Amino acid sequence: MSEAKQIAEEKSTNEPISSAKTITLRIAKFNPKHDSGAEFANFKVPYERWTTVLDAILDVKKHLDHSVAVRYSCRQASCGSCGMKINGRPRLACFTKISELNSDVITVEPMNNFPIVRDLVVNFERLFATHKKMQPFIIREDSEITSDTKEFLQTPEEHEKYIQFANCIKCGLCNSACPTMATDSSFMGPQALTQAYRYVADNRDKGKDKRLKIIDDSHGIWRCHFAGSCSQVCPKGVDPAMGIQLLRGYLLGFRK
Amino acid sequence: MRESIVMKVHYGTALGSVVLVAVHILFRLTMDFSESLQYENVVANYQFIPYAILLELVLILLSVHGFNGLRVILLELKQGRSYEKAVTYGCLAAMAGLIAYGSKTILMTSMGMT
Amino acid sequence: MKQNENNEGIKGMANPGRYGIERVAYWLMRITGLGLLAYFIGHVYETSSILNGKEAWNSMLELTQTTEGHIFLTLVIGMCVFHTANGIRVMLGHGGIGVGKPARPDYPYVPASQNTMHKLCIYASIGLAALAMMYGLSVLFGE
Repeated sequence: MSEAKQIAEEKSTNEPISSAKTITLRIAKFNPKHDSGAEFANFKVPYERWTTVLDAILDVKKHLDHSVAVRYSCRQASCGSCGMKINGRPRLACFTKISELNSDVITVEPMNNFPIVRDLVVNFERLFATHKKMQPFIIREDSEITSDTKEFLQTPEEHEKYIQFANCIKCGLCNSACPTMATDSSFMGPQALTQAYRYVADNRDKGKDKRLKIIDDSHGIWRCHFAGSCSQVCPKGVDPAMGIQLLRGYLLGFRK
Repeated sequence: MRESIVMKVHYGTALGSVVLVAVHILFRLTMDFSESLQYENVVANYQFIPYAILLELVLILLSVHGFNGLRVILLELKQGRSYEKAVTYGCLAAMAGLIAYGSKTILMTSMGMT
Repeated sequence: MKQNENNEGIKGMANPGRYGIERVAYWLMRITGLGLLAYFIGHVYETSSILNGKEAWNSMLELTQTTEGHIFLTLVIGMCVFHTANGIRVMLGHGGIGVGKPARPDYPYVPASQNTMHKLCIYASIGLAALAMMYGLSVLFGE
């Protein structure tokens, strides 16, 4: 008994089960209907090694301030709902651990370059509208499969040419990080342009000329200056900057 | 004009300018730098026709490249039909104005009308 | 009520931090471009004084061939070299050259377009600009 007690005592002093660490979570609170500007509300939140920013926000929502508006869903970086600015950089809240930020103060704000609905929730209408403008579907004359079943064959090499860009979860982080979108509301944005390339690079698609005409605009692909911030923040490895430059290669005659 | 044509011109003028400006600068290093800026040497440069043509080309290429770049920056800062038209035509006018002003200097100096 | 666009504005465009050296290069490209355009307009104007004869030309030289003038010209040399070198990198990138090959992404999702070659080219552009400025200083002040 005394031996067991001794072991328990040793374990409790050498290996704490809970870290009991806290950070200050600053959440931007703003309701456009009656506030003139955002104000930060500070909350002390406990965290563990595995706590994500989304966990912390939901902790605040549950125990401290029920009114915090936040959009989230899958909690595993699949749906793209929880995009926000965390310590000045657009990230997915569910995919960002507090411990990796190396800061006692975590500031969360709504993503830039999107109209604010409330607090951390932003309006995605423009992103979806621009995405739809790219005709994000396979365009070909013979797309109806007749009774003599027709397969659209694709080799692994052909598949590899576009699959990376199909990983886009429409989280909008790239549009938030883009320096052109910071001032140009008419710019199509890295998300839409990358999706244009996703379909142009797909050998099943025959709509390349149509899409190239759409993006060849004064607020289209030419307003991308290869700053690369979109690729820096993309949580799914889509690398929008690569897609946009490869797409531009078609317009410049580097690719046919 | 389609934006792709404008941007191809932007890239073309950039490449052309790089070569021609390099030659322009090298001309200043054919002798002592301060000596190369003496009135008589500068006039002699202008009166050497190939150099005058080089200067004219540099003027045109850099004006086009520079003002198109400015147009792009201004278009990104604010949007709106009338603003965009004003920026485009304004930059075109400034471009033409600068080319005209600089061409006057090159032409008159190369013809000895100083 | 007009929806608050929540654009970062010029502050966002002008902030070169947060996103690595490529964003710094974008910002420097803009600044040097505008600076060079301003210099070019001034240069065309100052050289037009040759039309007014030797006196006018020499008074122009008195204004520009000063210590401040030489320092300013050195900055212009630096801006020119950076804008040119980085511009070539950007032009090649715009054509899809050196941006990597599409492949199935694997965690931790390092973007292939933000590769070492581009980073080296940016640092080389800055280095070349510094070297050119040093050479310019030696020519301008070395006499």
